[in-house]
Formats: sequence, structure tokens, C-alpha cells
Amino acid sequence: MSEKKFSKKHEWVSLDGDVATVGITKHATEMLGDIVFVEVPDAGKAVEKEGQAAVVESTKAASDVYSPISGEITEGNKAIADDPGSVNSDPEGASWFFKLKIKDKGEYDSLMSKDEYDKFCKENPS
Amino acid sequence: MEVQKTALYNYHKNLGAKFVPFAGYEMPIQYKDGIVKEHISTRTHAGFFDVSHMGQFFLEGDETLIVSLEKIIPADLKNLKVNHSKYSFLLNNEGGIIDDLIITRTEKGFCIILNAACKENDIKQISQFLNKDHKHLLNNDLSLIALQGPKSVEILEKLIPGVANLKFMTGSNFEYEGEKLYVTRSGYTGEDGFEISISNTKVEKLIDYLISNEVKPIGLGARDTLRLEAGLCLYGHDLNEKINPVEANLKWAIAKKRKEVGGFNGWEKIKNLLANGSEKIRVGIKPDGKVIARENTKIFSSDNNEIGFVTSGTFGPSVNAPVAMGYVKSEFSEIGTSIQLEVRGKKYGGKISELPFYKKSYVK
Repeated sequence: MSEKKFSKKHEWVSLDGDVATVGITKHATEMLGDIVFVEVPDAGKAVEKEGQAAVVESTKAASDVYSPISGEITEGNKAIADDPGSVNSDPEGASWFFKLKIKDKGEYDSLMSKDEYDKFCKENPS
Repeated sequence: MEVQKTALYNYHKNLGAKFVPFAGYEMPIQYKDGIVKEHISTRTHAGFFDVSHMGQFFLEGDETLIVSLEKIIPADLKNLKVNHSKYSFLLNNEGGIIDDLIITRTEKGFCIILNAACKENDIKQISQFLNKDHKHLLNNDLSLIALQGPKSVEILEKLIPGVANLKFMTGSNFEYEGEKLYVTRSGYTGEDGFEISISNTKVEKLIDYLISNEVKPIGLGARDTLRLEAGLCLYGHDLNEKINPVEANLKWAIAKKRKEVGGFNGWEKIKNLLANGSEKIRVGIKPDGKVIARENTKIFSSDNNEIGFVTSGTFGPSVNAPVAMGYVKSEFSEIGTSIQLEVRGKKYGGKISELPFYKKSYVK
């Protein structure tokens, strides 16, 4: 599995061959608070880079989760839909949102590294 | 208008509060623990809420004050005993709810607790009915602290002996730190607890004591999940000037005598609604799955006709499921009726549910 890359919308991506795994960052879960609902996409759905792909809701509000990369969904993580609170405990591990078969590795390469993302979060506190 | 702060603003900051603008005030939405933990600790131990943004409106006068207030408030104020409180409303000419409130009879008149966002307009509306002998004061020198949860009584009794004797919706004056304070057994979470009216200069000391007894600070976020589980309305969401008490399913809060005799704003309309029912009515709603039906979610019948809308919806941590309230056409209001909720363009099943979602534990 490749190193994680990060988007400005607080998603992370790791790559295994041409299959990417996408989730939301620890920083995102800290901003959202207690997560109480998750909706993940079904296999076969086509998503565009920065297109809406999943939904996450905290006690406060609903937010869209965007795909930082385009491709075709191969799997949504049903485990987090059944236990939304698990996203708070392990957002960058077991609680990934979806996997997709990517079309253009260049989209992955253009995302931020861990260091760049940490810097981005520091400069854009919310 | 400049953003206002309560006397505890810096205290909240030191407790790690996240602030949001609310009704013209900077108020804590949550602290470090987050909404779910704050909610649970209120239900299992005790939590305190700074509700000092709410208006503490004091009125003094002779019996003509009762006559004046009863024109806009449909409670039986004449027979309200000193130190007893009632949940009621201010009504407009159409019977619409200008605000919901708690009114308490005092030695010299009444104290009314008003919603922060409404208080200025409320006072304007009430003043129309007052005469020059009626004194009134919105007291901004007082803070208001709600202490809620099963351990509240044990904790507060140690500090202020005698509060344990209060019954739900009654209050009394007590001494604390050489000053008078007023405590009522009331709240808005479905738990036993108290609301403490205390001077701004002494409030930090009271909070120090509560925190030393492991009472957690609770923000507006958990206040919302707690009150919704308890089936209680939030003004500006579940209630507004276009909704009357019959539609709001709050006709129990209109005094029996006042229902018969009337003499308050909007009575003609309300009398008719009491006899014939309203077209729409407030109900509890439970989505079948995990989906959260938030405010403005459209409600459909099982055969796809639009029948209403959600006014409050969230995840209920103690119910461990999503919960909501809203208005539906009255013929769909029976408990157990299957409905559909349109969330992000998709329809999800749900049912009309009993209120409250969480059983109240008041000490009566």
C-alpha cells in the first residue's frame, strides 16, 4: 500500500495498484465531533474528482464526503454505516469510507503529502 | 448589534468551550468531551448549563397585573400560588405563539423566563397590556444556571440545604454566600434538576463548587439532544408565531379555566380549534434506520403524498437512534403510522412515535 495522500477537503487516499482507499482525516473527525450517521456509495457507482461520494453526519450537522480522485466504486465500507461511531475512533485505519478503481494516477500524485496537509490544517483553522 | 457575552464567558473559555453565535450571544455549543458524552453525563450523573442568555423578567403590581398578563398568557395566573411555576406562552391575536416561557408567582408579582432570541420583542408585547403602576425589569445582573441530572439534588443540597424539599415546578429563596438566590426545581432535559438564579458576581463560585463535584459543563449541542429526547419544543424551530398551541400539541398548557372562559389573545380561534381539532399537529417521529431527518425534511405518507415537515431532528444518544419532531396533517398523527422522510432526495421509512422518546424523571 502506498503512502497516504490528502485533500483540502480533509479526505485521505492510499493506493494499492489501481485501487484507491478513501477515508476522512482525524482532523476532519475532530471538527465534526461525534459521528452518528454514515452513508457509503454502492459498488459500480462512477465518481468524479471532488464529486460527492458519501455522507457523514455528526450530532451537529450533515456533511458530504468528496472523492479526491475519479474512478468507479468497488466497495463501500458497510461496517462504518452499521457503526458510525467507529469513524471517530479509527478514521485513518479500519474506518475507511470506500474503495475505487482509479483512472488517472496523476490525480493521486497531485494530492498533498502528510506534511503538506498538516501545514494546510494549521494555516486554515476552522 | 454587538455580540453579547454571559458573565461566565471567560470561564467557559477556560473549560475549552467551542462558541457559536446564538440569539445575539456567544454561547458554548460544546466543551472538550463533545455532545454525546455531555448528553450521557447529564443523564447518568449531572451537568450544568449556562442559560444566562435567557431573559429573567420581573413584574410587580397589584391584582390588576394578573388581569393584564392573562390577556396575553393563557395560564391561570389568578390561582397560581407563590413560588409555583407554569409552562405557558405569549399569544398573538391569531393565537400564534410569540414565545414559550416559564412563569413563576413571586411575593410581589411574577418572574417570567423568556427565550433569548425573543426577549426584547416579548417585553414589548407584554408592555402593551401593562399600566403605569406595574413595575417591570429585565434583570441582566443575574445569571441563570440549570443543573440537570439524577445527582443534581444530592450535590446542590450539600451547598444549599433545603433545595431537596422543592417539588417539580416550584421554587424558593435561599441564602448563598451572604446573598439571596432563587432556585426552582425545573429544567428542560427530561431529568430532575434545578434552575438557579444567582448574581453575576457569585456565579463563578457556584460553578467552582459544581465542577468540584464532577458536574460537567454542557453546551447548546447536548441541550438540544436532551430536550428533543424529552419531547420538548425549541422556539424558532418547533414553535413560531404562525403556530398555535393546539397545532403544537400543547393544549395541556392552556389552563382548564382559561379554555372555558377565554379572555386572552387569539381565544376565538383557539376555542374553535379546541372543539374541532387543527389541520396539522406536532408529532414525534422515529426514522426506521439510522438516517437523521433534520429540520425542514419533507414528510410523505406511505402512498407518497406530502403530509408535513420536520422541525427538529438529531441523533438521540440515550435512545441510541435518530429522533425527530415535526408537523403532519392530523389524519396521519396516530402513533405507529408509517411515513416516509425525504433526505438528500431519497425516501426513508419512519413512524409517528410517542413523545417523549426518553422517559422523564421529574420529582413531583
